[in-house]
Amino acid sequence: MISKRMIEKIGFSVLGILTLLAVLPVLGIIAYLVIRGCAALSWEFLTQPPHNFLSAGGVFPAIVGTLLLTIGTILVALPLGIGTAIYLVEYSERNLFTAVVRTAVVNLAGVPSVVYGLFGLGIFVLMLKLGRSLIAGVLTLGLLILPIIISTAEEALRSVPEDFRHASLALGATRWQTVRYIVLPSAMPSILTGAILGIGRAAGETAPIMFTAAAVYMPGLPRSIFDQVMALPYHLYVISTTVPNVPEHMAFGSALVLLIIVGGLNFAAVVLRLRMRLKRMKLSR
Amino acid sequence: MGTKEVIITVESIKPKFFEKLIQNILKLTAGTTILVLFLIFFFLLKEGYGIFSYVSLRDFILGTQWLPETTPPKFGALPLIKGSLYVTVGATLIAVPIGISVAVFLAEAAPPMLREVLKAVIELLAGIPSVVYGFLGLTILAPFIKELFNLSSALCAFTASIVLALMSLPTIVSISEDVLTTVPKEYREASLALGATKWETTLKIVIPAARTGLIAAAMLGIGRAIGETMAVLMVAGNAVMLPHSFFDPVRTITANIAAEMGETVHGGLHYQALFGLGIVLFVITFIINFLTNILAADKLGMKRGRYL
Repeated sequence: MISKRMIEKIGFSVLGILTLLAVLPVLGIIAYLVIRGCAALSWEFLTQPPHNFLSAGGVFPAIVGTLLLTIGTILVALPLGIGTAIYLVEYSERNLFTAVVRTAVVNLAGVPSVVYGLFGLGIFVLMLKLGRSLIAGVLTLGLLILPIIISTAEEALRSVPEDFRHASLALGATRWQTVRYIVLPSAMPSILTGAILGIGRAAGETAPIMFTAAAVYMPGLPRSIFDQVMALPYHLYVISTTVPNVPEHMAFGSALVLLIIVGGLNFAAVVLRLRMRLKRMKLSR
Repeated sequence: MGTKEVIITVESIKPKFFEKLIQNILKLTAGTTILVLFLIFFFLLKEGYGIFSYVSLRDFILGTQWLPETTPPKFGALPLIKGSLYVTVGATLIAVPIGISVAVFLAEAAPPMLREVLKAVIELLAGIPSVVYGFLGLTILAPFIKELFNLSSALCAFTASIVLALMSLPTIVSISEDVLTTVPKEYREASLALGATKWETTLKIVIPAARTGLIAAAMLGIGRAIGETMAVLMVAGNAVMLPHSFFDPVRTITANIAAEMGETVHGGLHYQALFGLGIVLFVITFIINFLTNILAADKLGMKRGRYL
């Protein structure tokens, strides 16, 4: 008869093997991408525009476009997101308005990215007549990552001990002074972590910028916020599906550059969070 | 005396006014979230409602022919809806059991070091853009599956399901793991003290206690799969026809919007039809969100934003 201990051992081992089976192949595929992509990377690839119908040259305008889009996105989403989080954590009362705001945030988070694309097309590109442009893409992506910024900032603000607030208020500081000089500074690292995750998300999105900002090909860099831009994710989509005769190494190279940008941002967020956790552990000791 | 009193009142009013101003600005900021959600729905309706005077809502949803280029064009979205259904069900069948198993392993059995490493890896996997998943599915997974099952083309619902499953795994694992670790320690201790093994405790105490949270995690994963666009556009095969098996090529609602929006004329029937698809998609995800919230709003709390 199999003992209870044996069953336990077998059960957990099976789960462990399943975990490795779920994670390792993906890591393997990504390692393959990195190796294939590295072969395509060169100084020319990173600094030259594409030519010959995207089948040669580099991805420089797409890199710049993606950076511009992400910088703009964070400028839109960060103030709105942090403001909303401060309101929810520090000011809101239990009333209908707060409940509706919370419901709205949760539902915004669930809206598919392609629907954000439709919305951006309807309101920014067509109604506000911004055309397909950097600014229309930035506004669309900004609203897309708003829920991420709000929920991470909210979590950050809530993790600031209530004692801090009480001490500040007891010294005669007003609510806003308390928020501005006590709560925000101690929550800032966590808020930034969330912001970085949001940027990472924005950098990799394709569907929302397809109809609002992205160009298949641009000879140069955008000269104003009303110009279209090339973007890495859209570029990768275009050269791997719609344009014929693009050598595979170009696609692997583009995918790797995108992965490095997004992965780098996510890695930074993970490290930042880990450092904060360690710091807090030291403080509480 | 009199002047002094005035000064005092002015000074005490000013900061109060400032405080009130700040509070109202923040309230306004928070209000934009409501405005945005409302505007999204409003614009989908505004741009899309026209299609329903061309085909009835019933024919739009149940019609089996999506032929936007013929004269007269036909807009029956059932093939697309079924396409979405196929890949989502496929992805769910793969991702939910595996995801919850991984979460149970991480929360209950993994050594602390391995656990932290795996959690970090899974978080990084969550950050990979969908277009990269699509590209990898197209260039690596599809040829492999083609060989394995001896298919003429591996760009089908099955391949898309696998890619989608991989994409929603991080969401399901992270949230499930959170939910499992919030099960009170006393539950486990009581069970262990009664002589149960850790395995029995996990199966009979921890998982049942975390049940609603785990279901919510699965639903968030499903929500992510339904809304996913680029990966399915690249690997699902892009055939607008009613699928009969998982090895048929399909096109989903999301992929169809992305694929066809470029060819449309602003305000034309085709344009309106694509916004009509947007409405369908919006309503589906709204319902999933609503159900998830009823089920486990308190369990998921604010952390969910991170995984979306």
